[in-house]
Amino acid sequence: MIKVAKPGFYTSVQDTGRTGYRDMGVPVSGAMDTFSAVLANRLLNNDDNAAVLEITMTGPSLEFTAATHIVLTGAKMNPVVNDVDMPYNRVIKIAPGDALSFGKLQKGFRAYLGLKGGLKTELVLKSRSLYTPVTPSARILEGNTLPYEPFTGDIENLIEIKIDNEFLFDTRIEVYPGPEYGLLPKADIARLNTTGFTISAQNNRMAYQLEERLSPNDLSIITSATLPGTVQLTPSGKMIVLMKDCQTTGGYPRILQLTERSISVLAQKKAGDTIGFHVI
Amino acid sequence: MCLPLKDYNLTYKPVGEKAMLIEWPEEIDDAILEDVIRFRNSIRKTLDEDCELVPAYHSLLIIFPKKTDTEQVTRKFRSLYPERKNKPLKRKLWKIPVCYDEEFALDLTLIAKEKGMTEAEIVKLHTEGTYTVYAIGFLPGFMYLGGLDEKLFAPRKDEPRPKIARGAVGIGGKQTGVYPQESPGGWNIIGNSPVRLFNAAREKPCKIKIGDKVQFYSIKKAEYELISIEAAAGVYKIKKEKWYD
Repeated sequence: MIKVAKPGFYTSVQDTGRTGYRDMGVPVSGAMDTFSAVLANRLLNNDDNAAVLEITMTGPSLEFTAATHIVLTGAKMNPVVNDVDMPYNRVIKIAPGDALSFGKLQKGFRAYLGLKGGLKTELVLKSRSLYTPVTPSARILEGNTLPYEPFTGDIENLIEIKIDNEFLFDTRIEVYPGPEYGLLPKADIARLNTTGFTISAQNNRMAYQLEERLSPNDLSIITSATLPGTVQLTPSGKMIVLMKDCQTTGGYPRILQLTERSISVLAQKKAGDTIGFHVI
Repeated sequence: MCLPLKDYNLTYKPVGEKAMLIEWPEEIDDAILEDVIRFRNSIRKTLDEDCELVPAYHSLLIIFPKKTDTEQVTRKFRSLYPERKNKPLKRKLWKIPVCYDEEFALDLTLIAKEKGMTEAEIVKLHTEGTYTVYAIGFLPGFMYLGGLDEKLFAPRKDEPRPKIARGAVGIGGKQTGVYPQESPGGWNIIGNSPVRLFNAAREKPCKIKIGDKVQFYSIKKAEYELISIEAAAGVYKIKKEKWYD
């Protein structure tokens, strides 16, 4: 198992999400940066849905009690295993007693720790993704123990694989027009494609709010379904980009819809970073 | 036996790479909601299990597990629409106990005062209504209930409360509903229900479905406490009946 000595700023267990319950109002959850989570699992020859740790901003201190293989992807956070720097995107062996900790955040916002066979924490409604109130806690806490099946085999991905994941740190993201895009005045449409938007301090697994506003408006819709990546426009002109733990319905116009890839890129942004949209 | 179905003018919009939104005329209307549910049922039969369908008021979102050719899907659904089945929907009427005591009803006195009614009159109107579940969202198990008596319409509070208790029964604008768990919220709170509307430990965590009907009935504090214990132990069952149109 993994013993959690320190949980870090916000570390949670995530798989590809809790599908099948959205019509009961249950958010889909799952890794914010799907690309990095799936990459970690593929490097380990795991199922894409195997549970990983999503590590936000400041990493945890963890101790492994059994042999396994691990890999790190996503945000760069100066990880060390027993005081030796740990590489990214490369599977390494872990022996019982090994400890993993992190230094200062260098680049991006969310790192993913994959583990051979995935974490075997509790399945709730067919998913291990943490989300309250469906699971008792939304993140891992000091003293938690996270089970996994020990693995003593050899590393399978011996060939050095060149991973092209620099796109995660792009500052311009592709978006589709959302269902209510057509309600926007021309000036706002022009601004969307040309202006930079700053990530507000109000950003978490539910939503990212953006600082710069579009025009105040009195557009409203009858409550209808929303998705991760849906950009809602409030009456004050504020844009709210819904993320993986977002509510399943909403009453604000849905002006844009991020691509899957764009959601991963945004998940690597923190307060004060700037993004631009490219409406496709 | 059944009247012929009215065919609405539907619009089909792709939402990103793997979702499709179908919209009915923009109205809050029981007949439209029924048509949404009816079409949802017939689409459901044509899709794999891992597709998700989220109906609400006048719309239906279909989420595919993978990138999907939305033009092809639109053609398929367009031709399916006239073939949807014209049989009565299987719906239930749920009877939800609510304690309207002062202890829970944070805004009841204020609302009564603003409306020039007594608290008992507010409770009477609230328990006389039969409400339709137009959507489930916002929180797991949160029902958007339509059909509130217009005498009870009350705007949301200017400042949402940071913590509303689980079970709180509120009025928000023209809607009423129950907070299935503790959450921030801006509705006017008039009571509290001891039942659990959402329980992740159950295989079916939320038993009430879109299109179902809901009635509230008033209970005393002693009964509230009894039901709370039964609900916590997972043995309380919300009373229900079949609903016939």
